[in-house]
Amino acid sequence: MTTTIGILGAGKLGTVLAQLTTAAGYHVLIAGSGHVAKIQLTVEVLIPAAVPTTIAEVCHQADIVILALPLSKYQTLSPAALAGKLVIDAMNYWWETDGNREDLTNTHYSSSEQVARYFHKSHVVKALNHMGYHDLFDEPRLQGQPGRKAIAIAGDEEKYVEETVKLVDRLGFDPVRAGSLADSGKMEPGSAVFGANVTKKELKKLLTDFSKTKYGQ
Amino acid sequence: MTMDSRQIIFGIDSFGDLPQNEDGKLMTQAQAIRQVVTEGILADNLGLDVIALGEHHRSEYAISSPETVLAGIATQTKKITLASGVTVLSSDDPVRVYERFATLDALSNGRAEVVLGRGSFTESFPLYGYDLSDYNLLFEEKIELFTKLLTEKAVTWSGKTRAALTDVEVYPKTERGRLAARIAVGGSPESVVRAARYGFPITLAIISGSPKRFVSYVELYRKAAQKFATQAFPIGIHSHGVIAESDEEAVDLAWKHIRKSFVRIGKERGWRPMGKAQFEKEVKNGSIYAGAPETVAQRLAATIKQLDAGRFELAYGAGELPVQARLKTIELYATKVVPRVKELLAKE
Ligand SMILES: NC(=O)c1ccc[n+]([C@@H]2O[C@H](COP(=O)([O-])OP(=O)(O)OC[C@H]3O[C@@H](n4cnc5c(N)ncnc54)[C@H](OP(=O)(O)O)[C@@H]3O)[C@@H](O)[C@H]2O)c1
Repeated sequence: MTTTIGILGAGKLGTVLAQLTTAAGYHVLIAGSGHVAKIQLTVEVLIPAAVPTTIAEVCHQADIVILALPLSKYQTLSPAALAGKLVIDAMNYWWETDGNREDLTNTHYSSSEQVARYFHKSHVVKALNHMGYHDLFDEPRLQGQPGRKAIAIAGDEEKYVEETVKLVDRLGFDPVRAGSLADSGKMEPGSAVFGANVTKKELKKLLTDFSKTKYGQ
Repeated sequence: MTMDSRQIIFGIDSFGDLPQNEDGKLMTQAQAIRQVVTEGILADNLGLDVIALGEHHRSEYAISSPETVLAGIATQTKKITLASGVTVLSSDDPVRVYERFATLDALSNGRAEVVLGRGSFTESFPLYGYDLSDYNLLFEEKIELFTKLLTEKAVTWSGKTRAALTDVEVYPKTERGRLAARIAVGGSPESVVRAARYGFPITLAIISGSPKRFVSYVELYRKAAQKFATQAFPIGIHSHGVIAESDEEAVDLAWKHIRKSFVRIGKERGWRPMGKAQFEKEVKNGSIYAGAPETVAQRLAATIKQLDAGRFELAYGAGELPVQARLKTIELYATKVVPRVKELLAKE
């Protein structure tokens, strides 16, 4: 059976992820914040193989849900609607869209730990957050192709991390494990990994070097 | 809709970046503004079609009021179109934007063009007392009002973001009967659809990555115009570049200056500095046009063809590019690159 991927957020990241997931052969549903009509044409032209629908339908039908909306907006989603699902958190704190939010910038918890606490009945994995959307569009390569770029993945439940590893690989990137959600601070804005469009080897090095950086102390 | 290559419009764009002068010192903001006026006059003399100046409110850029600088250029030039790039409509008042650009249009004998958008920064919002989280509402309401103002007829409008207007005439009227206006968009598909809905031409700000990504945006713009029964205009493109006598010199300047500006901006957003490989990718087939005239011409012709564009604007001078290199870029662009791009496109 084809896995259904649901993407919440139909902006820059959401549309590119929908392009990648449809190209990888998944069945893809996508929703923005408003009426389906608002994204209908965009989806028709940019992602003809994806289905534009409502947030509720995405949550209901998808096997895997990717969060591609502003971080400050995740609490508008219903945790119950996503219960039992793998939820891939691709969100980052960005003050220009999210405003100055102390709760989202504290250094005690990674933003994904907060997201996981909110979606406590789901299985949250952090991934696809650190590469710019234009690079995500430009860089997919087949397994083993030279210069294939890597994506960091962090999560607490092996089964779901493994599922995300497979997904990332199918999208055209080398998956690199980056530890638990508590460790995912090293993929956030301000870290050496944030913005990284590099190979597996380099990404691993950046993740290891984290403890030596300003944010790593 | 393929363009006749002779009709493709070529321009230069600046935010009023502070250049280094001959002895390596950074110009003052006032000097940087006068430098842009000099460059506008040079561009006009060399036959370039457009100079577009962007509104910013940051220490590294001198231009916060593009239309004032454009007015300075207006009275000393003959043919060049005087555009903003962009005017941040959401944190401005559409009535005043119209008034300022209609004034510029009078001073320049009909050469003003207002380019609306969000731009890549958000400083204007807190500065003028707006909340960035209202961005969509602000833009939607203000573009609606601005579209009415462009008709130059009495305007009636009401909304949440400014005082209502009832049957109000706004002055000065232009001699052309309508100001030239466009919308600049980045990577958001929604902005493309919105620009088409209001019937504006669009400029794609392609700052990084391959231009190919925008092929489907061009299709989206055209399909949206069809759907809303508005006119689809030729597409404009805005990207960074530097041109020198040799590839080596230009790439070196791009690394030292364009990359520097990217790193500085990225740092504020928590991005790691652009590495060598990423930079080389941008120069080779991404969105930094750096090289000798022939190299840049080949790349530009390919991009213009790929996106079936009708206009290209080269953002020059980022990251404190020295003043001599700025002038050289403009000169080589106008005298070598533009004619060569036209030739390459005419061949096909
Ligand atoms: N841009 C990148 O390169 C990149 C890369 C990696 C990760 N990210 C992360 O991805 C997220 C989205 O970034 P973006 O650049 O794609 O932003 P964007 O272009 O502004 O898109 C945001 C999308 O989220 C939707 N949205 C807003 N509020 C929502 C809600 N309450 N429920 C459902 N959807 C909602 C928006 O819909 P409306 O327009 O209808 O409001 C829009 O479709 C951010 O957390 C960002 O940090 C971005």
